[in-house]
Amino acid sequence: MTEKVKVRIDGQVIAATPGQTILQAARDNDKYIPALCYMEGLSAVGACRLCMVEVSGVARLLPACTTPVQEGLAVNTSSPQLQSYRKIALELLFAERNHVCAVCVSSGHCELQTLAQEHGVTYVRYPYNFPKLEVDTTHPKFVLDHNRCILCSRCVRTCAEIEGAHVWDVAGRGIQSRLVSELKRPWGEATSCTSCGKCVQACPTGAMAEKGFGVEEMTKKPAVVGRLTSMRGGR
Amino acid sequence: MTTKKPTSPAKKPTSPAPMDRELVAYAPAAEPAEARRPVVKKITIPHVSRIEGHARITIKLDDAGQVIDTQFHVTQIRGFEKFVEGRPYYEMPSITARICGICPISHLLASSKACDAIMAVRIPDSAAKLRELVHCAQFVQSHALSFFHLSAPDLLLGMDFDPARRNVAGLLEEHPDALRDGIALRKFGQQVIERLAKERIHPSWIVPGGVNAPFDPEAREKTLAEWPAAMAIVKRTLALWKKTLDGFPDEIATFSNFPTMYCGLVGPDGSLRLYDGNLRFIGPDGSIVADQVKPGDYANYIGEATLADSYLKAPYYKPVGYPEGIYRVGPLARLNVADRCGTPDADKELEEYRQRLGRIVQSGFHYHYARLIEATYALERMKELLDDPAILGTKARAHAGVNNLEGTGIIEAPRGTLIHHYKVDDNGAMTWANLIVATGHNNLAIGRGVLQVAKRFVDGNKIQEGALNRVSALVRAYDPCLSCSTHALGTVPLLLQLQGPDGQLLDEVRSE
Ligand code: SF4
Ligand code: FES
Ligand SMILES: [Fe+2]
Repeated sequence: MTEKVKVRIDGQVIAATPGQTILQAARDNDKYIPALCYMEGLSAVGACRLCMVEVSGVARLLPACTTPVQEGLAVNTSSPQLQSYRKIALELLFAERNHVCAVCVSSGHCELQTLAQEHGVTYVRYPYNFPKLEVDTTHPKFVLDHNRCILCSRCVRTCAEIEGAHVWDVAGRGIQSRLVSELKRPWGEATSCTSCGKCVQACPTGAMAEKGFGVEEMTKKPAVVGRLTSMRGGR
Repeated sequence: MTTKKPTSPAKKPTSPAPMDRELVAYAPAAEPAEARRPVVKKITIPHVSRIEGHARITIKLDDAGQVIDTQFHVTQIRGFEKFVEGRPYYEMPSITARICGICPISHLLASSKACDAIMAVRIPDSAAKLRELVHCAQFVQSHALSFFHLSAPDLLLGMDFDPARRNVAGLLEEHPDALRDGIALRKFGQQVIERLAKERIHPSWIVPGGVNAPFDPEAREKTLAEWPAAMAIVKRTLALWKKTLDGFPDEIATFSNFPTMYCGLVGPDGSLRLYDGNLRFIGPDGSIVADQVKPGDYANYIGEATLADSYLKAPYYKPVGYPEGIYRVGPLARLNVADRCGTPDADKELEEYRQRLGRIVQSGFHYHYARLIEATYALERMKELLDDPAILGTKARAHAGVNNLEGTGIIEAPRGTLIHHYKVDDNGAMTWANLIVATGHNNLAIGRGVLQVAKRFVDGNKIQEGALNRVSALVRAYDPCLSCSTHALGTVPLLLQLQGPDGQLLDEVRSE
């Protein structure tokens, strides 16, 4: 049996497996750290900054999803400062694109919406960006609405790491970043797309949805997609 | 957006930041002051930009202080049709339901019907029945709101009753039973909607292809149990109104009391239809000028004129032309258009109504009477639908993709004919949309009615209370949904302005 490392999460000492991230160790021990771009079964990229934690002895905040555990690490998962930064991160996600829960297929089942509720985001303090964005309706079964995409790249990693098709990528820089299928071909024309729909299931918001679903009707199963990795032995 | 998520006003493309509060970006006070705190920035958006849709009535006076002209202006939010471009058509029901917080079910139904047409499906029988059931419940609710909550202070207390007490409080003193009835009736309608659609305001239950869940037998039992009390209220109210009616000779004579054409949906036998039917147009004398017009053919019969002083388009009967082809919709129009209601009690009431007022009733004041007869009909239809075992059918939704590139859905909303017309590309992305709402159809008639009332009641340089109230009461008789017709969000205030011969503003009054 592998040697365990002892870490302290919110004062409680837990035994973690070496190589695990803080987020995984916390989850294994029923400690809650909010996360959005992290999805079990996929590599971690640290894109959304919601899982930021305080580590004693480290001056800056660290993302729990990409920071490996170490013997003696002491982690603080919530503090007024962390709460306030998480709230800011969420508000900026809302301000960046056009998230209108009232007409969204995922309303009521959306990870972004749920996190906003948990963090008491009742309104957004920053001016909205109101970008003019497209809806890709070209795929016969699925639709991609860029208005609702938060660029978490869960779909990108799902397609590349689980399905092995690598249809999706993020192109452009900064505020111009966009999710693209096969070097900017419309989704419906992407020859490598197997139409498996796993990206749709992995997407935390209503950005990807099955066609024909009305408001609030789209529920997703990211856990089922993530489990595929462990079912084939982590390969 | 459900309860407490951040409101994104992104879907109102005409105004860049349509918020009435100050937009202030700052770091929460709880946070210790430090270098990373975001820059404090304050953007104040003037209150006026908030009034996206409003209705304004201008009354013009000559030198002698006599009314020479009136104008009814409604500013419509443009850009809605543009905004939906590129969105999947099946999102239209939920998007359009958010146009108006007052008539979401009407938009859901008309929009879903347009989507059914794009999918080229005949929806399951139980779905059609359930949609009609929820629609009837909406009629009961909406007509109760219009009669009891909005108009009863004028109607039961009188137009010249002390304005300070001409409200719900006054009603509570003078007509407590009627007030209680109104509340109970509205609640009945709302409860049925809630039971069917789970959520009262913006149900996502009505979907393209049908409804997203079949009828729960328990909900049916509950509704049947509550039904007799609701019917008793409508009967009592009709009896009360028939006694009260004759006390309003001036209002009857002047509330849009002029000949127009009328339009409404009818069944194959010419009877009243609310959820599904074909259009019928009748002339001012009651002669049928077009009958059984299929929804998809509406554009051959309805033209839309653009008015200079209002962004609201003015529909007219195309073969006659503009402005002679002015027609009215809504309760008064429907009862003029239909040969009969088709349910026993409503037909009895309709017969008496016609005996008292004639086959074609043209005074806008009688929208109230017509509304009560329609409430009777809606309740009777509900009972028929509830008694039909087919309504419990478990297949309630048809699935299909894009099979037509164009689709039109028409229903009779409580306020009148509602038309949704969409065009899509091969992938189902919207390329074009046209909506004609009830208040749009009635726009011209309301405007002309205002002139008639103003001529009779407005005199002098000040808007006298009685005059103001009668002008508002005329507008209320049509029960217009300005929120819908302007595609604005929330309720829209009514602004009454009195203008002197040189265009100077003499007086101004605002009412909700
Ligand atoms: S489409 Fe969904 S899963 Fe993909 S990057 Fe956007 S939000 Fe994430
Ligand atoms: S979950 Fe760690 S940064 Fe997104
Ligand atoms: Fe409305």
